[in-house]
Amino acid sequence: MKFIRNLTIGQYIHKESTIHRLDPRIKILITLFIIITIFLINTWVGFLVVGIYLFSGIALSKVNPKYVLLGLRPLLFLIILTLLIHFFTTQGEVILKIWILSITKEGLIRGFFIATRLFLLIIATSWLTLTTSPIGLTDGIERLLSIFKSIKVPAHEIAMMMTIALRFIPTLMEETEKIIKAQVARGADFDSGNIINRIKNMIPIIIPLFINAFHRADELAIAMEARCYRGGNGRTHYRTLSIKRNDKLFFIISFLVIILAFVFGKY
Amino acid sequence: MLINLKNVSYTYNLNMPFETDALKSINLKIKRGEFVGIIGHTGCGKTTLLQMFNGLLEPTEGKVFIDGVDIHQNKAKLKEIRKIVGLTFQYPENQLFEETVFKEIAFGPKNTGIKDINQLERRVRKAMKMVEMDYSMYKDKSPFSLSGGEMRRVAIASILAIEPDVIILDEPTASLDPQNRKKLLKLIKDLHISFQKTIILVSHNMEVVAELSQRIIVMENGRIVMDDTPKAIFRDNVERLETIGLSLPQITYIMHKLKTMGRPVDSGVLTLEEAESEIINLINKRR
Repeated sequence: MKFIRNLTIGQYIHKESTIHRLDPRIKILITLFIIITIFLINTWVGFLVVGIYLFSGIALSKVNPKYVLLGLRPLLFLIILTLLIHFFTTQGEVILKIWILSITKEGLIRGFFIATRLFLLIIATSWLTLTTSPIGLTDGIERLLSIFKSIKVPAHEIAMMMTIALRFIPTLMEETEKIIKAQVARGADFDSGNIINRIKNMIPIIIPLFINAFHRADELAIAMEARCYRGGNGRTHYRTLSIKRNDKLFFIISFLVIILAFVFGKY
Repeated sequence: MLINLKNVSYTYNLNMPFETDALKSINLKIKRGEFVGIIGHTGCGKTTLLQMFNGLLEPTEGKVFIDGVDIHQNKAKLKEIRKIVGLTFQYPENQLFEETVFKEIAFGPKNTGIKDINQLERRVRKAMKMVEMDYSMYKDKSPFSLSGGEMRRVAIASILAIEPDVIILDEPTASLDPQNRKKLLKLIKDLHISFQKTIILVSHNMEVVAELSQRIIVMENGRIVMDDTPKAIFRDNVERLETIGLSLPQITYIMHKLKTMGRPVDSGVLTLEEAESEIINLINKRR
């Protein structure tokens, strides 16, 4: 049984770097813009511009690029699947025929194009999570959402839910691993049998996991109540966010890159 | 030799940013019928070591032999190993999932290949008797309707029903009330003496470890630093144990104090009963 490990998506790696110190609000906004840009641009040159921008961002953050690439692993299957679907389903000049399937030149180009797009999207998002602490991230989201407070968006509550969810991801993963091990020690087998049996075999993991999660939620609620938690109204922050010179610089550079990408990215 | 660890090391998150060494070249042999206590500060690698004994973790270096078989040479045999070595983790009640106590306890034996309902019933009855739970009263109850102490006993019974030769218990008495704790300790003693099982017990409670074990292993930072009889360990290593972050059984502290006051007592006394006779001796000698 392979245990859940080495999951780098959403993992934060602490380093002392300019990128780490940037205001999370700016980082979230820019990542959002970059994602939209990646979806809208349609040329290789456009991708190249975004690619260079993202990789210089990673270099500046001092995070080992290996971890960025490790984040790709869980999505590798998805990328390969899109690649293959495009290979075989696009009409055009046939260059290779296997049985009833034929690969076209257009399919090849299209496939790699979409795969690159996915690749850049993942890089952009993992760049954000690798260099921004979970607290910074939720703080940033809370501030950004509070613009919509006038239309009754519960910004603080949403941010609190996110903080709690993020906080419990490692705990629940640890717990899942522990339960899996405990059941394996009782002779459970999760690796063999057909698909239906395998799903059935998950029951001894899922039931204890849910029960424990509910217990935890209950305890957390009581603990919060005991400390007089009353939601967002009138609550101040230990760390206040402020826009500094570097943030402005980063914003301007990023915006120029996005404009550049659009200039080169128009068909 | 029942369990034999040769030069075993284990690293969590190998080649990752959070790489940590949990075990560092451990050599350890455990004989059939021994009662071994393992003590050490939180995070010293005790739980990781336990998982080596039944192949839940594969050492990053070194080999684990059970009954002379290298358990990681053939993955298919690991299931057989789990019939020989039963492991209960800390708070085993967190693993319960079945609808009834019967099904819960039968889960283990079923997994090890027992299909016959009569045989299953025999095993469940026997395991429940060992943990002092009435079969007809509890068998159809939901495990989740039980009290904490009862849940713990069901969880332990579910391992006993596999009928392993070696039983490993990680902090079995943690957060139990005194009564349930006493019962459980009696059961562990019984398993060793009447049922002749090999027992490996991890506990932070020095009194428990000192009273039950024949041999104590002290761990620090992923290494075995002491391996001796309880008497020898608690008699001669007071300062060393305290720097590791461990303590002595309370009564042993008293005996050490008496000794430093110049009284000729054995400072390796571990239980109240031993201390009583030791002190009576002392008084008789003075008369």
